Amino acid sequence: MTKSDVTRRGVLKSGAFAGAGVALPTIFTASSAAAYTNEPTGGSVTLGFNVPQTGPYADEGNDELLAQQLAVEHLNGEGDSGCLNTFTSKALKGNGILGKKVEFVTGDTQTKSDAARASAKSMIEKDGAIMINGGSSSGVAIAVQGLCQEAGVIFMAGLTHSNDTTGKDKKANGFRHFFNGYMSGAALAPVLEKEYGKERRAYHLTADYTWGWTQQESIAAATEAVGWETVNNVLTPLASTDFSSYIAPVLNSGADVLVLNHYGGNMVNSLTNAIQFGLLDKVVNNKDFKIVVPLYSELMAAGAGENIKGVFGSMNWNWQLQDEGTKAFVKSFGEKYGKPPSNSAQTCYAQTLLYADACERAGTFNPCGVAEALEGFEFDGLGNGPTLYRADDHQCFKDVLVVKGAENPTNAYDTLEIVEKTPRAQVEYAPDHPMFAGGDLGSCNPGA
Amino acid sequence: MDAFLIQILNGLDKGSAYALIALGLTLIFGTLGVVNFAHGALFMVGAFCAVTLQRVLTLSFETVDETQKDFLGNPLKVKTPYVESWFGPEAGAWIIDWAVPLAVLIAIPIMLLVGYVMERGLIKHFYKRPHADQILVTFGLAIVIQEIVKYFFGANPIQTPPPDALNGVANLGAALGMEIVYPVWRIVYFCFSVLIIGGIFAFLQFTTFGMVVRAGMADRETVGLLGINIDRKFTIMFGIAAAVAGLAGVMYGPINPPNYHMGMDFLVLSFVVVVVGGMGSLPGAVLAGFLLGILESFASTTWATTTIPGINQIIIYLVAIIVLLTRPRGLMGRKGVMEE
Repeated sequence: MTKSDVTRRGVLKSGAFAGAGVALPTIFTASSAAAYTNEPTGGSVTLGFNVPQTGPYADEGNDELLAQQLAVEHLNGEGDSGCLNTFTSKALKGNGILGKKVEFVTGDTQTKSDAARASAKSMIEKDGAIMINGGSSSGVAIAVQGLCQEAGVIFMAGLTHSNDTTGKDKKANGFRHFFNGYMSGAALAPVLEKEYGKERRAYHLTADYTWGWTQQESIAAATEAVGWETVNNVLTPLASTDFSSYIAPVLNSGADVLVLNHYGGNMVNSLTNAIQFGLLDKVVNNKDFKIVVPLYSELMAAGAGENIKGVFGSMNWNWQLQDEGTKAFVKSFGEKYGKPPSNSAQTCYAQTLLYADACERAGTFNPCGVAEALEGFEFDGLGNGPTLYRADDHQCFKDVLVVKGAENPTNAYDTLEIVEKTPRAQVEYAPDHPMFAGGDLGSCNPGA
Repeated sequence: MDAFLIQILNGLDKGSAYALIALGLTLIFGTLGVVNFAHGALFMVGAFCAVTLQRVLTLSFETVDETQKDFLGNPLKVKTPYVESWFGPEAGAWIIDWAVPLAVLIAIPIMLLVGYVMERGLIKHFYKRPHADQILVTFGLAIVIQEIVKYFFGANPIQTPPPDALNGVANLGAALGMEIVYPVWRIVYFCFSVLIIGGIFAFLQFTTFGMVVRAGMADRETVGLLGINIDRKFTIMFGIAAAVAGLAGVMYGPINPPNYHMGMDFLVLSFVVVVVGGMGSLPGAVLAGFLLGILESFASTTWATTTIPGINQIIIYLVAIIVLLTRPRGLMGRKGVMEE
């Protein structure tokens, strides 16, 4: 009888090691062979669209997703090609990216940083996504941007308006097409001065998180520069639903302007509450009381209904612009989905095309090559006029729109009217501006 | 002084919603012994009754207006509500304008039915199960309801404005020479809440049905031994509790535009209200609702938030801790309820 060396314990140990090896995420195993994370090897390339599909911004996320799907169609040569016809860079041919068919996976951010990171991680590790795009919150954008930097993929931010995204939290692998709080202030303040005068006293209600803080700081600085006084700034919890307790003190504060640094449901509710309390009917300091909502979105404007009439704000883009890029995108989106796109949809569409274009121009999907192609890139034809992707902080610089709630909307979509297209030069700032200080872009991480 | 009074009014207004939801929760807990985490969803369903009626009343037919263009440059399709074509532009516009108060009328039967179906279809199977099971199943039900609402109505808030006649502000301090301006609809909401709360108490106090229900709440077995079908009466009470939550939701729409998540926003706070008031105590629920509403309102003032940062977010829980430490059964809790 021969004695076998195979023991039960040995089999279990070997099995465990073998199982662990098989179960290792592809991100680790692939990196040893590939030049960079998720290097496409077949005939297709996968993009990851990380948008809020549930939660309070689900409608906005859905609009982003529609635009991203449209961008994929156009990149693959389907549909009417949209902005591929108007984009000044002619690197995109409608045959995918670098000849590979574009496919996509989606994740649900739920407008929660942890959920957004988890969904982005899953798309990168399990689905092989080489770029992440989308989102409707600065908190989420900053969290996902950090993850993409660590994972070695490009992050093309969606709607994120906090100065911090390309300020103290900027990352070499992250790029923002959307404008920011500083730009809102720089564009809005001169218009507010012209409309409401120099001697105004502003009371700020501010959402208590990164976006609210930086927007409030930007708007206060810009309005104080034109002579306004900031009477008070009250931080409101993000979870607030009824703002009556915060609105009531405004009545006796001596302020004659209320600035609502709120977005989404917060904005709809705080504006509704402010109107309920009759603020717009009041006369304070011998002046008509005014309300300002620095960041507007079409979907939120629809939610606020008639309350936004005459209320000033700013936007990254609006479907009513008349340039060729906007017309092409609105036609393409409108004919496919039966409604005009929102500005969050436009930024996601533009970002997807910009990423694809950068890959083509760089001749690679390597994040470092793509980043290099995007840095300092100047372009036009995507709806925002001549635009620069600044190398120093990966922030796009372009015209900013000052809008106000339409007095007499003719349909469900023209709730906002464009008051002014503020030229890019007026909203530019130095890379080391104090409001954007404290961060380090670092170096590109290809992940391999 | 003016600001102080306005915060009191704000507190009463917030407290109205808390009290109505907490009253329904207590009715269900007191009668059926069920911890109903779907109660916030019923509040939301009520609000969406108003949204639905508003949409029904604004159902329109389209006519093409060649003189105007849509966003794609095609001739604009102008929508005219059927009610305006049936009853004339003025009467039709008046009906649409009063959609929210009219929704109260349709919400009552709808919410009674929803409550009845909920209780007979699901909740009754959990009467003898542990409270943890009840919480899990009702919480799951709440999520299902809110996802259904989101599917049909989307995630964005939907404006349900008050009638023009009840919009705007009223100066409550005019008689005293003070300026205490307050939104008219919020005053309406408070009065409506007081009316509903008074109605529920009167119903329980002065009707035979109410007397049997109260007796059943005190000693279910003995009432059953007297040959009274107490289960049926409790089912009806579940429907009434659902209707109270629903009506609170209908009337809340003009204060904050309804969204699918609004029930969850109120649910946790309303449970705290029930616990602070005393489990199973109807007057306790109402008292705690108004008390916590007022405290929350004052905690949100600039003075409070600058003196103790973050107090606005913790005040309700802080009060709950203090009350439960000093009065473990809550402000008006009864001995034997939720106790072994």
